[in-house]
Amino acid sequence: MTQQSEKVFQSDIVIAGAGITGVSLARELSRYDVSVIVLERAEDVAEGATKANSGIVHAGYDAKPGTAKAKYNVLGAAMFPALCAELSVPYRKCGALVVGFDDNDRQTLEDLLRRGVTNGVKNLRLLNREEALAAEPSLNPEIVCALDVPESAIVSPYELAYAMADDAALNGVRFHFDQEINSVSAAAGSGWQLATARGDVFRCRVFINCAGASGAALHNMISDQPLQMTHRRGQYYLLDRAPYQPFTRTVFQCPSAMGKGVLVSQSVHGNLLLGPNAEDIDDPLDTATTAEGLASVLARAQRTWPALSTRSNITNFSGVRAHLSTDDFQIGPVSGAPGAFEAIGIESPGLSSAPAVAVDLAASVASFLSLRKKGNLVPPRRPKKPFHDMTDEERAEAVQNDPAYGNIVCRCEVVTEAEIREAIRRPVGARSIDGVKRRTRAGMGRCQGGFCSPRVAQIIAEETGVCLQSVTKCGGDSLLLVDTVESFLKGGAGND
Amino acid sequence: MDKVITCINCPVGCRMTVTLSDAGAFVSVTGNTCPRGAKYAEQECTRPLRVVTAVLPVPGSETPLSVKTSAPVPKELIPEIMRVLGKTSVSLPVAVGDVVVPNVLQTGADIVATRELSSR
Amino acid sequence: MTDQHVDLLIIGAGPAGLAAAIAAREAGIESILVLEREKEPGGILRQCIHNGFGLHRFSEELTGPEYAKRDVDRVRELDIPVRCGTTVLSVSPDRVVTCVSPEFGFSRLSAGAVVLAMGCRERPRGALCTPGSRPAGIYSAGTAQRFVNLEGYMPGRRVVILGSGDIGLIMARRMTLQGAKVLACVEIMPYSSGLNRNIVQCLQDYGIPLYLSHTVTDIHGRERLTGVTVSRVDENRKPVPGAEICFDCDTLLLSCGLIPENELSQGAGVELSPLTSGPVVSETLETSVPGIFACGNVLHVHDLVDHVSAESFRAGRAAAAFVRASSPPAPVFTVKDGPGVRGTVPQKISARPSEDVSLMFRPADVYRNAAAVVECGGQEVLRKKAMIYTPGEMAVLTLKKEVFESLPDKVITVRMEGEKQHG
Repeated sequence: MTQQSEKVFQSDIVIAGAGITGVSLARELSRYDVSVIVLERAEDVAEGATKANSGIVHAGYDAKPGTAKAKYNVLGAAMFPALCAELSVPYRKCGALVVGFDDNDRQTLEDLLRRGVTNGVKNLRLLNREEALAAEPSLNPEIVCALDVPESAIVSPYELAYAMADDAALNGVRFHFDQEINSVSAAAGSGWQLATARGDVFRCRVFINCAGASGAALHNMISDQPLQMTHRRGQYYLLDRAPYQPFTRTVFQCPSAMGKGVLVSQSVHGNLLLGPNAEDIDDPLDTATTAEGLASVLARAQRTWPALSTRSNITNFSGVRAHLSTDDFQIGPVSGAPGAFEAIGIESPGLSSAPAVAVDLAASVASFLSLRKKGNLVPPRRPKKPFHDMTDEERAEAVQNDPAYGNIVCRCEVVTEAEIREAIRRPVGARSIDGVKRRTRAGMGRCQGGFCSPRVAQIIAEETGVCLQSVTKCGGDSLLLVDTVESFLKGGAGND
Repeated sequence: MDKVITCINCPVGCRMTVTLSDAGAFVSVTGNTCPRGAKYAEQECTRPLRVVTAVLPVPGSETPLSVKTSAPVPKELIPEIMRVLGKTSVSLPVAVGDVVVPNVLQTGADIVATRELSSR
Repeated sequence: MTDQHVDLLIIGAGPAGLAAAIAAREAGIESILVLEREKEPGGILRQCIHNGFGLHRFSEELTGPEYAKRDVDRVRELDIPVRCGTTVLSVSPDRVVTCVSPEFGFSRLSAGAVVLAMGCRERPRGALCTPGSRPAGIYSAGTAQRFVNLEGYMPGRRVVILGSGDIGLIMARRMTLQGAKVLACVEIMPYSSGLNRNIVQCLQDYGIPLYLSHTVTDIHGRERLTGVTVSRVDENRKPVPGAEICFDCDTLLLSCGLIPENELSQGAGVELSPLTSGPVVSETLETSVPGIFACGNVLHVHDLVDHVSAESFRAGRAAAAFVRASSPPAPVFTVKDGPGVRGTVPQKISARPSEDVSLMFRPADVYRNAAAVVECGGQEVLRKKAMIYTPGEMAVLTLKKEVFESLPDKVITVRMEGEKQHG
């Protein structure tokens, strides 16, 4: 990155982190008459845990009654159907089974059932072996029982985050990417001053820490109650879309102290997701996968689904969850730091909880700043139906109106040039190959971008007015190309 | 002096031992299973030849021009040929077979275009 | 309710589709349309700028673009329309094809016969389940080839190549010649599936080491690739701990196999073979769906374009015969893979083939002093001896059409005989 001259930015509120929690909150605050800036370390929305989790809207049977996790999970999950409809984000209430393989597991499932009822989860039911196998015939016949969770749902977490970011931006929130916060300090008088790694300064009246993996670090810069955070990595397999997947529901194994257990779940797009394992690591940005981690996910997923084969594996990935020693979310004003708020330790069920956390936190901030709601809001954008999902007639019409719909760029997922351009032009648009991939699914298919990435790069270059060589996979130094053939040739070619 | 090489004529890939004189002249070959192998061994150990292919940029064309040597050229000249290509400029349009560099490095082979590039 | 009817619709204008079109026109079919998703016809040959194509067919060594040009010129001469920039979206069992292009919009075409000639794609990293980080700088060899040869950009400076298939070997030389440093070529098998000629001329010529029985076991770098760990593997292809080599590189090219691209075929209800990943066909290259034919790399991955062309001429002639309403003879014989043989094509043969029948397959291992044997009802029909058969080279056995008049059984088996190199 080129060093730019330092700049000073002013706003009423700065939110650190453009993950699902940060953008949910930004969107809630955009309903108020207040200026909001979101600072994000990465080059895009949803680049941390938000892009790399199971994509489950949990029903809420798992969290200990009385915890913030339990409260916000149940509240948040209930908001999803309307929220996703409003923002045109794919969401499906496919239900879940938690399967048990022995008497210990049966005990666990009975506990979960009780917890769920206490937490207010509807329609939970214990199934015997036969009922479970009748519901999901691909299950391992060695299971002995299962907890049926009809309220469990699936969502595309990053698509939800993009849609919320767009909606927030349409209503005045400003997003600053590639801005890693180096320091947070109380400003003279009141409010906060943030310095970023680039050397820019952000001044605000209220600072809200939604920084995911960096949550504890930022907290400890300002609070009188230091926190200890563990970074817990989970690895996944993502299998290709198929007309028939083995399960209609998400299938979990029994949860443990380390997490909710390895699941086998369809994604909203019909892929199959296997994972995660759980391992504590030192570096929160280390999202590598490991041979051992993948092997353990595979072995455990095979226990759920004995016929599992990785022949159709598309990719492996991992996400890092921010775990606090309290084993709960920490949400509200920051102790010893008036004018600072936080939503940290947001591990599972963070996605499910985010909308409800945002409502509560926005209300606290509004009350602190005595904010008024805006008179009229810009309505959410109505994205066009993906070409992939259109009928023949809709496709014919789309191409007639815009010939760029006639240019199929990604053949595996049938994504058109028109959709890729739109993904870049959105209010908070894609700037990289991965950004386009997550917004449009171009490159998400079985060839993993082998065919389309050169063309997607070309479109990004055209749309953003940069040269092809500056296009990145995911920001920073993740350049796709190192130079032109010409300069290699002129710079002294041949073997050495 | 003995030299061991792999024959490239077929998938058998015979490992052949070629005996050369002190002056580097071909003396004999063993390990081949056919006459084509013997011929290749002699050629490869005395004067190895290669067809060189490459791409070079052409102003005004997004697609670079692919080229080849019109005949096999001495292997040791490959780096020098790439340097020649680095200094070669081509202008549109180009037709398949157009000579880009005649008699490159006095090898008797031309560098010729293998792709058509039309002017816009 | 279609926009247009054509007698023969061909999907793909690579070497397979072009050859099928030429053969069908030469067999007298007037109404032919070729659909191609790229901007120009020629298929993957356009980016294969190295020489070595056409020895069998033209008795000379051409580069990929030159080979393609011969077919493209012939198609122009025969005035066969090729609609470029057009992606086929679906093929139905009754041969209605939907497609889309910026120029012609959305079209629904009905066809008397369809030839599937969509080619294949490369196996990506995901299919290998290689652990590590996911930085920029990891490409399939063909994607890198496109960047260099068609777009004029270099994807990296210091390169490791995983897989010693011919595309990987060719890219080792290409990247080196164009000024990059290729550090190693790594192959998980104890042998390379590439041609000896490519091992010598693409690796040895440039001093690039080939690590057999090795694979990439870790990938490093957060944004751009910074290195890979390469480990030796045992006979079960499992990494051996303590035998790691680290390479500092900014680029990893994958050349780990090709997969026929049959999503459209599946949509048409065409039966696929799990061994070839391509359609199950008769000797006329007709799939399980009447009037839908398949040829080239969509049928099974070839190593010589000359074979693709030969196969596709047959498919074009057979499709032409189908269009002229001669309903094809029902398959009578079934071809089965015997010991040492994988993925024989065709899988079915009719009672009286109109031409000699070429059985094509890959041996499952390297066989020395070997023979490929065709048997039927305990009787040896054909024996083809060779000093070597390798998985890297498609074996071709041609059965005279007269042979089928007197076969004792309906099952034909192909098997290998000889010294297996790796047990």
